[in-house]
Amino acid sequence: MEPLQLIPVPHTWLLALSATLLAIGTLGVLLRRNAITIFLSLEIMLNAGNLAFVAFALKLSAEPGGLAAAVAGQVFVFFVIGVAAAEAAVGLALFIALHRLKETIDVDRVNILRW
Amino acid sequence: MVTYVFLVAAGLAVVFSLVAIVHRSPIVNVLSLVLVFFALAAIFAIAGMDFLAAIQLIVYSGAILVLFLFVIMLLNIGWAERLGSGRPLQAFLGLVAATGLGAAVILAATRVVPDLGTVLPGAEKGTVFPIGRALLGSHLFAFEFISVLLVAAIVGAVYLARRDD
Repeated sequence: MEPLQLIPVPHTWLLALSATLLAIGTLGVLLRRNAITIFLSLEIMLNAGNLAFVAFALKLSAEPGGLAAAVAGQVFVFFVIGVAAAEAAVGLALFIALHRLKETIDVDRVNILRW
Repeated sequence: MVTYVFLVAAGLAVVFSLVAIVHRSPIVNVLSLVLVFFALAAIFAIAGMDFLAAIQLIVYSGAILVLFLFVIMLLNIGWAERLGSGRPLQAFLGLVAATGLGAAVILAATRVVPDLGTVLPGAEKGTVFPIGRALLGSHLFAFEFISVLLVAAIVGAVYLARRDD
């Protein structure tokens, strides 16, 4: 075991950055109408979640016996990245199919299911 | 020193994620998101999580965002619309909702874990060894299942993007 290195960053700063990124991503999802940019905003929100996992892993690793929790937090981030890769592949394939059908990826013009 | 690195990385992440949702060119959006992910990788690295920093760069910036760039260039998407253009009510409500969400999360985080100013132990825990043990030990089912998920996603993507000849 190497000695623990102290980092002078409180985990609440990480959580605050995570909340800010989540808010920015929400703003992008709600206000943009270009499907690719909406998708990018979703990626920002996923990364905000990852940052929260990292913050709580750091928080728990400071407590006695928290090594398993710290490792589990990083494993969850790994899984989130894996799911994000799957989601990006399917979502972008959907956009390609959509562009072939409607010649646009503006989500306002994809209203064929609307009554 | 580490604090300054964190603050610079956090500032870069916020500024470039704003650029990523505001700018009208999808290419600029994706490239500024690359910078956001680099900043987040720097934060993971100073938190001592080397493995996460590496896969953030390799998988996220290197694979997922390249896929985005590929699709943007394939579909030849030029300038998109302005942020919230032509819909003042939606823009206002979206701004309120996003600010409220961010404020609620910050409040919840500082109330649940209120010890602002503690110094965190970093390093040693983020190397590949304990993560590999956890992935192939206690999380083995999820680890194998995510490869099934990725195969299903790839097959689904090929099916969706296929031309109906």
